[in-house]
Amino acid sequence: MAASGCRGVRSILWKYGSCGKNFCLSRSKTVPQLPVRQICVSSSLWKKNLAAAGPQKFTQEFIDKQVEEFEIGKRHLANMMGEDPETFTQEDIDRSIAYLFPSGLFEKRARPVMKHPDEIFPKQTAVQWDAEGRPFHFLFYTGRQSYYSLLHDVYEKILAMERHQDKMRNKGLFASETKQILLTGSRWQLKEEIEEYLVENISDHGYMRLIQLLEKLLSMPYCSLEEDFILKFRKQLEVQSSKHEIPALQHDPQGVAFSVADGRRKTAKASITLRDSGSGNITINGRNYLHCFPLLQDREQLMFPLHFVGMLGRFDVEGSVEGSGHSAQAGALRLAISRALLSFVSEGEVERMRQAGLLTADPRIRERKKPGQEGARKKFTWKKR
Amino acid sequence: MCSGNMAAGVLSGVRQVLRGPRLLSAVFSCHGQTFSSAAAAVKSAPDTAVTEKILNFPLTQPDYFHLSELFTMKDLFEARVHLGHKKGCRHRLMEPYLFGSRLDTDIIDLEQTAELLQQALNFTAHVAYRGGIILFVSRRRQFGHLIETTARECGEYAHTRYWKGGLLTNAPIQYSPGVRLPDLIIFFSTLNNVFQQHVGIRDAAKMNIPTVGIVDSNCNPSLIAYPVPGNDDTPVAMEMYCRLFKMTINRAKDKRRQMELLKGISASV
Repeated sequence: MAASGCRGVRSILWKYGSCGKNFCLSRSKTVPQLPVRQICVSSSLWKKNLAAAGPQKFTQEFIDKQVEEFEIGKRHLANMMGEDPETFTQEDIDRSIAYLFPSGLFEKRARPVMKHPDEIFPKQTAVQWDAEGRPFHFLFYTGRQSYYSLLHDVYEKILAMERHQDKMRNKGLFASETKQILLTGSRWQLKEEIEEYLVENISDHGYMRLIQLLEKLLSMPYCSLEEDFILKFRKQLEVQSSKHEIPALQHDPQGVAFSVADGRRKTAKASITLRDSGSGNITINGRNYLHCFPLLQDREQLMFPLHFVGMLGRFDVEGSVEGSGHSAQAGALRLAISRALLSFVSEGEVERMRQAGLLTADPRIRERKKPGQEGARKKFTWKKR
Repeated sequence: MCSGNMAAGVLSGVRQVLRGPRLLSAVFSCHGQTFSSAAAAVKSAPDTAVTEKILNFPLTQPDYFHLSELFTMKDLFEARVHLGHKKGCRHRLMEPYLFGSRLDTDIIDLEQTAELLQQALNFTAHVAYRGGIILFVSRRRQFGHLIETTARECGEYAHTRYWKGGLLTNAPIQYSPGVRLPDLIIFFSTLNNVFQQHVGIRDAAKMNIPTVGIVDSNCNPSLIAYPVPGNDDTPVAMEMYCRLFKMTINRAKDKRRQMELLKGISASV
């Protein structure tokens, strides 16, 4: 193609050259028989458009040969490094290559690498048709075979269920209160998750259509027959309260139970030890909390977790806090007390505390000052002119 | 297909060399080749001759697959194939195929339908016999599942969904380079959901792919190679068409397998 392009250009040049020859000769007699007017000089005519060719395709034999060469090279490398070729892992390969070819390049991907060809050459989609050119899947010509075949299967199940229902009705065994599938604690899989499952792209409309069909399947009386199929498209939601890390309940030499927990708010860090002694003393940094926090609001923050679970007078609170201001310190202590309380309290209470917001760390921090402004948000005086 | 035949024929060809000098002399006179390449010539010549016989012989017969026994005009009548749409929906080019109209409803001429359906089924059978790809197309949601099931049962392909723009005309981009396009497209309903002609008819005509189409009284039969005037709205009629096409394709494929087996047996004998 490049050669023919060349010839084409040269023929164009020659044709126009022969026209321009006449007036060119009048100017000087020694001008040779060369084209005067050059029409196209750009090399883009005979250069192949590499971008339009698409990603490079590798044949299966080429990749098999590469795998073979990689295995042999791995054994050579092991021998070179004086190690056993049989138990030479990928980490050993990386180590050896880094040793033999030390590179000062910052970009890690530009350094010499020796990996299995499956990791280097991009995965290509398997050919979808046999030797005669006939596609394997009966919906190949729709362009989205997995998605449409899934719709086809779901509709098939709906029809089968309707036929089953009619059969039961004919026999007189139809019962409207049949076993229902448990759907609480799960949600429909998202469009991205279904795309991953089908290895195909779906439009939003297509996803909605699929969910509609599955809901229709669920609305039928005998849907429990297809429970496994439907649960494939539901994702279990994790129970939020189970995520909390409950601090271990430790025991004093005297037998008193205590637990230790930390809390943070803005830049204040607090650490609390809750002792199950029976008195309601609160000691912070070695001093009584009345001295540390003269403000009622801060003391209320300290009391709130104990008041919420109703164990105000039961515990002895011993804590240390540093950093930030009084309000942030009070908040940090409150979070630490709530976390320490988790080991003394039941599962239901934990969920109640979580819903009350006692176990959530306050993420707000001081916003930075920006250049061109007074502070984080305050701007300089705006002058119209 | 050729490579498969060659592979199968190699073994049979070797035995044929040992069979008799009659064939050898025949090959000599036909091809005028030297004695050294006679073995190769003997291997290939009977093979291609038998293959050509398998492919060409059915074309000499008017009804090789005996498809006339699959349906009668009475069956068509009972499946309500003769019922068209109302007079107002009539397409001008469908007038030659209509028998008349009764109480404003167009009645399709079943004599013409029977003849055209016979031709269409015969063509389908020949295409299936020669290992062609057949694509069933329809945009009626009522019968989409039925058509997809029919296609799956006879080992062919179906497209009863939204027709994307360049499926036939821009195939190397839409699918992959080197894709093989269908050799026959059968339209069970030539209109799409907004009562316009299906894009596939025009695209198939552009790509020189022959089409068979069930045309109702509101459809345009001009671009379709084998139009079959008939009802495309009733479930009974659609089930009958699906059954007929499935039976023809299965018959044609079974016949082909039979011929291949016979060829294998006659070659090895």
